[in-house]
Amino acid sequence: MRPGEVLLSALRGVTANKLRSVLTLLGVMIGVAAVILLLAVGNGSARQVAASIEALGTNTLTVRPESGATAGSSTRPLTVAVTQELGRAGLGHVGTVVPEVDASATAVAGTVSETGTQVIGTTPAYFTTSTATIGSGQAFPDAAARDAVIGTTLAQELFPGQSPVGRSVSVAGIPFTVTGELAEQSSVGFQDPNSEIVAPLATVQADLSGYGPVSDVLVSATSADAVTQAEDEVTIELDQLLGATAADQPFTVNSAGTLLQTRQASAQSFTVLLAAVAAISLLVGGIGVTNVMLVTVTERTREIGIRKAIGATRGAILGQFLAEAAILTLTGGVLGVVVAVVGAQFPVDGTTPVIVWSSIPMALGVSVAIGLFFGVYPAARAAGMRPIQALRTI
Amino acid sequence: MSVARHPSAAPAPHDTAIELLGVHQVYGSGDGAVHALRGIDLRVHPGEYVAVMGPSGSGKSTLMNILGCLDVPTHGVYRLGGTDVRLLGEDELSRVRNRDLGFVFQSFNLIQRMTALANVALPLAYAAVDARERTRIASAALERVGLGDRAQHTPVELSGGQQQRVAIARALVMEPTLILADEPTGNLDSRATQDVLDLLDSLADEHRTIVVITHEDDVAARAHRVVTLADGRIVADAPRPAGAPRPAGAPRPAGPSRPAGAPRPASAPRAEDAPLRRPTGQGTR
Repeated sequence: MRPGEVLLSALRGVTANKLRSVLTLLGVMIGVAAVILLLAVGNGSARQVAASIEALGTNTLTVRPESGATAGSSTRPLTVAVTQELGRAGLGHVGTVVPEVDASATAVAGTVSETGTQVIGTTPAYFTTSTATIGSGQAFPDAAARDAVIGTTLAQELFPGQSPVGRSVSVAGIPFTVTGELAEQSSVGFQDPNSEIVAPLATVQADLSGYGPVSDVLVSATSADAVTQAEDEVTIELDQLLGATAADQPFTVNSAGTLLQTRQASAQSFTVLLAAVAAISLLVGGIGVTNVMLVTVTERTREIGIRKAIGATRGAILGQFLAEAAILTLTGGVLGVVVAVVGAQFPVDGTTPVIVWSSIPMALGVSVAIGLFFGVYPAARAAGMRPIQALRTI
Repeated sequence: MSVARHPSAAPAPHDTAIELLGVHQVYGSGDGAVHALRGIDLRVHPGEYVAVMGPSGSGKSTLMNILGCLDVPTHGVYRLGGTDVRLLGEDELSRVRNRDLGFVFQSFNLIQRMTALANVALPLAYAAVDARERTRIASAALERVGLGDRAQHTPVELSGGQQQRVAIARALVMEPTLILADEPTGNLDSRATQDVLDLLDSLADEHRTIVVITHEDDVAARAHRVVTLADGRIVADAPRPAGAPRPAGAPRPAGPSRPAGAPRPASAPRAEDAPLRRPTGQGTR
């Protein structure tokens, strides 16, 4: 038979048992689509993490006190006074040093109250060093005034439809005057940076947090290239100021670069996890296809016997089953790719999947190979039988 | 045509359609081995119409499967038209089954999801006959067996007798020299049996070699020669028991088993033979 005829007769074979063919097709389709989609989701979330960390700025360092200090440690705590000394040390690659103290309080304006609002006490340099910038109004002066700059989400909730600038907000029962509103920021972690209150350092210490260690110190390097030197200088200077050693260090210094690396590593392991799930779904899909193919061929062993008895060669029978398996698996595979490409257009929980193009031939190749092998191998066995053996099969 | 009746006679090889020498068939091994055939010597000449009889378990079907190249004997020589079948490769055997043999089974063995026409055309497809020619030849074969109007029916839409006639059309479509029928009427009622036997008679009249397995006397009565098997051996080999041997091609008297006045199948005239041409392509021999 010519190739066209083989294909035509295979098509008839495929349509002869519609339900089974559709199930096979579905198995391949779901397997292929799952692999491509899951990898796309992992890839998408990794890219999103990278993008949001880059938004942090690449020339800032974050110094954070280690909460669980080593027992018997003789080091001084990282207080505001220490950060002021660090700022005055005149380190060659360090620009500004911005201490932050954190508190959590209830913010009230009129009848609206927001519990658990994060209050950051810091210096006005915060607005130029961190990613939080003034959107409207202005920063507060560097003094112990009860002034505050609030995030956009909080502003919307406390003063719906109005500008918050010049209004009064009560924080833990203490009235603050809103001098400005932060520009909208993208979210990196679990906390929404758009619902925080930024107030002068001295005010927050006096009214809310007390005079303990700082929660964060932002240090800007003089340029993006100087981040590594600045990191070394800050570490050495702080070791001296706190009486710490490399073995007993009550703080960590992170650059946006290291943060990026950690986050990307976690995103990577997330992708690997998704890939494993995808591989399993491909395997399960493959087993489904194998099953259907085995049943199909076993059921048709008698037909193979009839065909051999009237003169079909082994090659002709193999060609027929190969063509049937190819039609089923290729159609299913291509449908799977279409489903995955269409599905990747829709965001999953805020993450837009980004298709890893190399996953398409991989998924397609594996499922088609499985389908072809298990479609053809049992047929090859049946075609190799003496016709009478195949004919005796029920 | 003069036909030698005795296997002991030694005609020239090309004058022999089938030659079996010392054929044994053993299934299994050791104590559980089953000896289905225990030394069969048989010679069938071109144009002979042979019935093989015997009780069940006598090895009839095993013999038939070997003749049809569906199975290979454990020992012994099988020459088909002078060619030793053991020397043929897998694909050559397929060609022999395709071009030189026409097999009719007790259970019809039609492919259920294909129409009668497609079933009949299938051997032509494996012989690489082009599609239009295939349809023409297969339609002519269906006409010949009186089923021209059932071409588009699938086997489930046909009666047993009709299915067997489709199977005979399929066996005829490649114009084989040897037609093998394994209990062709075993699953049919008496009316359908007559139709099938009449068809076999008309094929015998065309000097085709026919071997038919049966345990029914009225089937054997149509043959020129009756070979009886028992326990894997040939126990009798004689011209047909009922009436005198009928030379092939001579006008046929109404057989004793044929009901008086039973018509031959209306659409099986021999004039229909003309369109049944052997398809293009070379035979194996």
